[in-house]
Amino acid sequence: MAVVKTLLYLLVYPGIIFLFVYSTFCEWFDRKVYARLQNRMGPTHTGRWGILQPVADFFKLMSKEDVVPDQADKRLFNLLPIVGLAIVGTSGLLLPVWHFNLAQSGFNSFSGDIIVILYLLSLPTLIFFLAGWSSTNYFSTIGGTRVLTMFFGYEVPLFMAVLSPAILANSWRLAEIAAFYQKKPWFILPNLLGFVIALICVQAKLERTPFDIPHAETEIVGGTFTEYSGKKLAFFRLMTDIELVVSSGLVAAVFLGGFPGGLWLGLLNFVVKTLFVIFLLSLLRAMTSRIRVDQVVSFAWKYLAPLAVLQLLIVILIKGLLL
Amino acid sequence: MKFTIPIGPQHPALKEPISLRMTVDGEFIRDADIRLGYNHRGLEKLAEEKTWIQNIYLTERICGICSHSHSTCYVQGVEKLMEITPPKRGNYIRYLVSELERIHSHLLWLGVAGHEAGFDSFFMYTWRDREVVMDILEMISGNRVHYAINTLGGVRRNLDEMQVKKSLEGMEILKKRSEYYFKIGVNEPTFVARLAGVGYLSKQQAIDLCAVGPTARASDIPRDVRRDDPHAVYDEVPFDVCTADTCDVLGRVVVRVKELMESYKICDFLLRNLPAGDIAVKAPRKAKPNEFLSRYEAPRGENTHYIKSNGSDKPERLKVRAPTLANYAATVEMLKNGFIADIPLIFAAIDPCICCAERTVELINGRTGAEKIVRFSELRKLAEDRFKKLPPKRNAVWPL
Repeated sequence: MAVVKTLLYLLVYPGIIFLFVYSTFCEWFDRKVYARLQNRMGPTHTGRWGILQPVADFFKLMSKEDVVPDQADKRLFNLLPIVGLAIVGTSGLLLPVWHFNLAQSGFNSFSGDIIVILYLLSLPTLIFFLAGWSSTNYFSTIGGTRVLTMFFGYEVPLFMAVLSPAILANSWRLAEIAAFYQKKPWFILPNLLGFVIALICVQAKLERTPFDIPHAETEIVGGTFTEYSGKKLAFFRLMTDIELVVSSGLVAAVFLGGFPGGLWLGLLNFVVKTLFVIFLLSLLRAMTSRIRVDQVVSFAWKYLAPLAVLQLLIVILIKGLLL
Repeated sequence: MKFTIPIGPQHPALKEPISLRMTVDGEFIRDADIRLGYNHRGLEKLAEEKTWIQNIYLTERICGICSHSHSTCYVQGVEKLMEITPPKRGNYIRYLVSELERIHSHLLWLGVAGHEAGFDSFFMYTWRDREVVMDILEMISGNRVHYAINTLGGVRRNLDEMQVKKSLEGMEILKKRSEYYFKIGVNEPTFVARLAGVGYLSKQQAIDLCAVGPTARASDIPRDVRRDDPHAVYDEVPFDVCTADTCDVLGRVVVRVKELMESYKICDFLLRNLPAGDIAVKAPRKAKPNEFLSRYEAPRGENTHYIKSNGSDKPERLKVRAPTLANYAATVEMLKNGFIADIPLIFAAIDPCICCAERTVELINGRTGAEKIVRFSELRKLAEDRFKKLPPKRNAVWPL
């Protein structure tokens, strides 16, 4: 039974099938919200309300010609999309979507999994950098260096913001953090500042406007992905979509009280809370214009990092006085 | 590490082919070089083979956005050569279309600026509202792009009461929307952070490099043909020349939005004070030998047409100086010492209309790097020779 459950966990929910279906749905949701905010229709044609458009895009890209540049490091160039997809798929397994036994830890829920999931979410940045660097195109190279430059800006505030609720809950385990906030919902409020910081940092991590600098179309064409086409580009796009789901799931698990209620109610909780986070991210995307890479770094260190420290202070004070 | 990145001739930031070669050092631009000649069409030569009337529709096709600017500039000059004056109503309708065109061009530019800065919502909103003025233009002239409303001695279509009323209604909507854009343009923090201080061009530089239009006006030079050389209706219509003193891209946005407001005012005046009478006078078929330099304030700046007649029904020479050409020198100066991220913004800020500005083709030998400027006839001969030398293709399949 345990083997079946593990297989189910890896392949169906929240494994690769669920992640594929749900991430394409989230992409559709994001595109639709973004389009409606801009007075457009968004996808309408494929499936009801265009709901199958991201799936259609994925399969179209899979069938397209796959070009590898002569100058590129071929092995690295071919390997990166698969490794990237594997990494974000693995990070998806760590989301506390099932009713875990809090007393007992397993391979998908253990003390310190919040650090592991943050670490796994940092790796795609490195993948993007290597992808840009290994394609040896000038535009990709600039895109790759921009990925890393931005990384130095948003990563520290993100870690501080995501870890402060964990400090308040006195646990490094996602399931326990969620359980703490389900028991004491009022403690969600002091983390509001951290929630906002985490949203901005997640937006930067996902490279969406105003942080879509590494693949700024009007400046450096496709940026990191300039040379990628066909299957590899499809994998990269799927990877970004899954990253969107996992990071919004992480934010929801840490700041919005997780996903209680067993399999079905928990699934509903997961969908509603992640869509709420994605809606906020889309709103941010529609409201802002792209900023320069030096502005990202200075903004992150001038405003986000001090605010994250303030959040930590608030949490430590509350923990000392009230708990 | 210094290297040269090619912006163009094919690049998402450019809607028309031009080559900007940027020598960059990390994110900084160290040097900029502009190469033209990808879109040369030989229009000036073609104009010498067509009659005065046919040339109106040819000059209109110089540009897809400021089509009316080129045809009006040409028609103004030819009317002077033929010594005719259009009736007042015709003039009012002609310059009403001019101002409507300025509105549509500036709204389009605002959207493009938003898109280049990665602010796609702004782009979608301005382009939706641009439809209002496009509909008015279609209602007045029957066309959306090439209005074909000019003729020698006046205009071709009259305005009726209903059209005047609908145009006035459209102006009211656009006025409100433009105020909103002005608010966004100078208040949205990420947008302002991208525009302020970018592409600096001092007043002295702008004068030295002969910048025209909104680029010059954003450097605090109140240079406007409508004010400096009041022709046709512009001595009767009240309007202000809009300037900004920030000398950067933000200033160019502000100038263009302010000009939008002025254009609404002018349109409003022209529509409310539309005189009665004819819309055109009959023009002669030939013009006496003479020459004339016609000036016109296009949305992008001063547009000049030099027209020379030799007594026949065709011009002997037509020389077009599109405003974009005048701004290239300033652009190179603005691009230097910026960031890579600023390239599309600075270049878009002159509102480039590349194919208007193409006059010659420079051929560069790929092996030796030798450069040679050729005329259109030579280019044509070159193409024909090459075609003749090619081996005949047998069983060639041309896929659809």
